[in-house]
Amino acid sequence: MGVGDFFTTRLDQAIGWARKYSIFQYPFVTACCGMEYMATACSHYDVDRFGAGLARFSPRQADVLFVVGTISHKMAPVLKRVYDQMCEPKWVVAFGVCTCTGGFYDNYATVMGIDTIIPVDVYIPGCPPRPESVLDGLMKLQDRIAAGVQRY
Amino acid sequence: MDGELILGRLRERFGPAVLETGSDRGDHTAVLERGVLAEALGFCKADPALAFEMLIDLTAVDYLRFPGREDGPRFEVVYHLYSLRHNHRLRLKVRVEEDDAVVPSAVPLWPIANWLEREVWDMFGIRFEGHPDLRRLLMYEGFEGHPLRKDYPVDRRQPLIGPRN
Repeated sequence: MGVGDFFTTRLDQAIGWARKYSIFQYPFVTACCGMEYMATACSHYDVDRFGAGLARFSPRQADVLFVVGTISHKMAPVLKRVYDQMCEPKWVVAFGVCTCTGGFYDNYATVMGIDTIIPVDVYIPGCPPRPESVLDGLMKLQDRIAAGVQRY
Repeated sequence: MDGELILGRLRERFGPAVLETGSDRGDHTAVLERGVLAEALGFCKADPALAFEMLIDLTAVDYLRFPGREDGPRFEVVYHLYSLRHNHRLRLKVRVEEDDAVVPSAVPLWPIANWLEREVWDMFGIRFEGHPDLRRLLMYEGFEGHPLRKDYPVDRRQPLIGPRN
């Protein structure tokens, strides 16, 4: 391995390490899962320990899209547009079973999993997921970010 | 005012146009003929002894293939009224056939009926005559059918984006 190769791989790792501790998230909160998201974000579970404490309410400033809650067919184009507005690199977390698969909704109104619309990196099932599983999902996301894996 | 007295007052005013009355666990219900509905709603609001200033809810029920009601009119539009002055309540129902699913609008009496009637139109396809702006409320433009009708296929999907079934 030449000096140049060594330098670029190390640089990638350094960037990955920096990115995984500076997650600027866009919380796309549509339903009851939002309460559990807030519980995770607040001081008791403290999502800031993972460098994800700053929620950005503009897709242009965010690099992780947290889709929290049921997505209806009427909302789907909005979600797609928010996703498209985010700058790369970007990641998507499906928070709660409704975003993962549609959950117990199987009707005219609900999208059966947001991965039918946008690519998803981490799925956090649960109705709603406990903060521990959210943190577990967040750490899995950090691993992906550090490794430079993304699905956009 | 006691519920039985409310029902009695309606019967006295509208006679045979009050098709049925009933009471269950303190809730009092009158089924009216569609022809007198607009007048009856106005009477409920204006009569000082009734004084139903508030329309709490306006919804509908689809009785398609409902046991015991196979022959009757398919839909029932339900009005829940409340009087702030007298602290009493009343439920009014009116039955409509599928091929003539039209009911006079209550918007002139209670402005809240605007969105409630739009929702009933959206979900059940019952039209409200005299409504100022009868558009869908919950579903989007281009959605076909009325999803809370019992004959709307349970697995029918009409997504705006994404895969169709």
